[in-house]
Amino acid sequence: MNEETKREGVHLEARGFSVFYGAHEAVCKVDLSVPCGLVTAIIGPSGCGKSTFLRAINRMNDLIPGCRAAGELLFDGQNVYGSEVDAAVLRRRVGMVSQKPNPFPKSIYDNVAYGPRLHGRCARGELDAIVEESLVSAALWDEVKDRLHMNALGLSGGQAQRLCLARALAVKPEILLMDEPTSALDPKATARIEELIVQLRGRYTIAIVTHNMQQAARVSDRTAFFYEGNLVEFDATETLFTRPREKRTEDYITGRFG
Amino acid sequence: MRLKLRKLLDRALTTCGYLAIGGMALFLLWVLVPVFTKGFGAYVFRGTVEHRRMMVGEFGRGDLDRLRAELAEVLRVRETVYQAVAAFERELDAMPAARRKALKPAFREVREGVSVLLGPEPGAPMPALTRRLYGQTRWEKAREKADDILFEETWVYSDAGSRRVLVPRAPQFEGTALAPVFTSLERDLAAMLRPRITVYPRFLTDRSIDAHFFGGIGPEVLGTLYLSLGALLVAVPLGIVAAVYFQEYAKEGPRVAFLRSCVNTLAGVPSVVFGLFGLAFFINTLHVSPGKSVLAGALTLALLVLPTVIRASEEAIAAVPRAYKEGAMALGAGRFRTVATVILPAALPGILTGIVISMGRAAGETAPIIFTAAVSVGQMVKPSEVLSQPTPALSWNLYNLCTEHEAVDELRHVQFGMAATLVLIVLALNLAAILLRARIARRLKG
Repeated sequence: MNEETKREGVHLEARGFSVFYGAHEAVCKVDLSVPCGLVTAIIGPSGCGKSTFLRAINRMNDLIPGCRAAGELLFDGQNVYGSEVDAAVLRRRVGMVSQKPNPFPKSIYDNVAYGPRLHGRCARGELDAIVEESLVSAALWDEVKDRLHMNALGLSGGQAQRLCLARALAVKPEILLMDEPTSALDPKATARIEELIVQLRGRYTIAIVTHNMQQAARVSDRTAFFYEGNLVEFDATETLFTRPREKRTEDYITGRFG
Repeated sequence: MRLKLRKLLDRALTTCGYLAIGGMALFLLWVLVPVFTKGFGAYVFRGTVEHRRMMVGEFGRGDLDRLRAELAEVLRVRETVYQAVAAFERELDAMPAARRKALKPAFREVREGVSVLLGPEPGAPMPALTRRLYGQTRWEKAREKADDILFEETWVYSDAGSRRVLVPRAPQFEGTALAPVFTSLERDLAAMLRPRITVYPRFLTDRSIDAHFFGGIGPEVLGTLYLSLGALLVAVPLGIVAAVYFQEYAKEGPRVAFLRSCVNTLAGVPSVVFGLFGLAFFINTLHVSPGKSVLAGALTLALLVLPTVIRASEEAIAAVPRAYKEGAMALGAGRFRTVATVILPAALPGILTGIVISMGRAAGETAPIIFTAAVSVGQMVKPSEVLSQPTPALSWNLYNLCTEHEAVDELRHVQFGMAATLVLIVLALNLAAILLRARIARRLKG
């Protein structure tokens, strides 16, 4: 099973997947395949369930009382919501960058080292190497290499968001989830994050939720359009933005609603 | 019009607020200033030569040679008094019976007064009580005692009420051999006692001698520290674990609501009930110690402060941004690791504040330890004895010294010294907490 899905290049697959908040169905029977090593953007108006879907992938919705999932969500062929899955183990393989930068109130070093330490890679030299490598990948190394032991809350918004990215990369995840990673950032910081996404493409499977359609068009290979909990259209980004099949998609991307 | 009314209301409310705060501050000053000024007198006062003699005799502190020289000089001045007393005693025997009967009670008072003021006469048998071994050690007390010799206190009753009148004794003994006592006491009191500004910081740590007549409040201070630290040692881990449970693990529901209301009720129980509970449960039921002990007292105090610790910790944990928790969870931390590595460190300043407030409370509480830990008079309790020995403590001994001691009036300086010390300890704890909190908060904010 595992090998088969890998060969097909599908890293994550939803089959009739639904998420409920109590009786309300926030994500309705979605079928979606996130290809391996590519960037998949999820767009849609507020409240369409795109963030809920993203947060379902690493089971962050478990924290919300009354939230449950139905259907299948296969990650490397294994059901994320299977009874034998340990959510903590799953989250090590699924990195996440949230909407607002949320560095811990610790030093920059400790922030990046948090994940590796958690998973028992504590040898000083190894840790130093992981921290440097992650910060380099997140294009933050040059800015902070002289003040690694400064508190991370002193960083600017853009730097903090890249730190969160480095923190996620330090765990060496297989897939990166980004939940509107630039919505709290200024245009310059946004551009840097977008550059990073392009650089990371190929090394990681990336799923990004965004409100910004230009951003989706710039950075992603595939785009999914969610509307009122349903997956309306899923296609190569270029196709979706130039020749949408659905009327609702066209209305949305041309700015007629949402 | 409505705008005017609103402004007026605003101003009235602000004024009320200022008045309330100002009134409270004034009241606090009104209470604290005397406590501090008088309490200060326990540490810095005019000590007489008797104080120095007591220090050498009881604590082995001070310059023995200088004391000897000083005593020799003092004795020379006092000689007049002693000789006059001895001479008058002989004179009294030779007197006609009626006059002897008239003068004898007053003479007894004078002789007694001299021994209280100056200590036992040289060559007299050693008194059994330590307090009688020395004269007055504090100058202001010495002056009072001298007045007791010089004047006789009587009360004049009239329709308007009763009035205290001091009648000089000297005229009564005019022309007798005792007369020089009064003149020399009036003239040479300073030379007999040699008052000197004395700084006595070890009041804080010295043991007390003869039920606080001499020495310091060391055992009480130590007892208070044992009890409050012991209480925290038990209450803090329990309280934090409970707070973490309520905030991070418990699912809201009737069970948690019930537990929560239990905690709140516990916070409202009168402290004397905790004291009785401690006696009944820890000592009589669990037999943690054969009788009162530091351990039983600390456990009782721990129960008393537990709700405070729980609530402060809960609030601190609830105030930690959810984003921290999500960040840690997203990196694959389990619930326990998230709490231990992210939530508790971020909540630490708030938790600390709760802890220190609790410590102040534990240090000041009296009722819970009366039945479980406190004794009126006691020695320093060694750390190895805390499991089985009772201890004196500032709060209880302050009360005891002010109400139940045999010589309440003699020990005002010790009472105020204890009160000031207790207030200072609590203030110092609060200050430490504020500083610590500020430091941690700064570190967290970057």
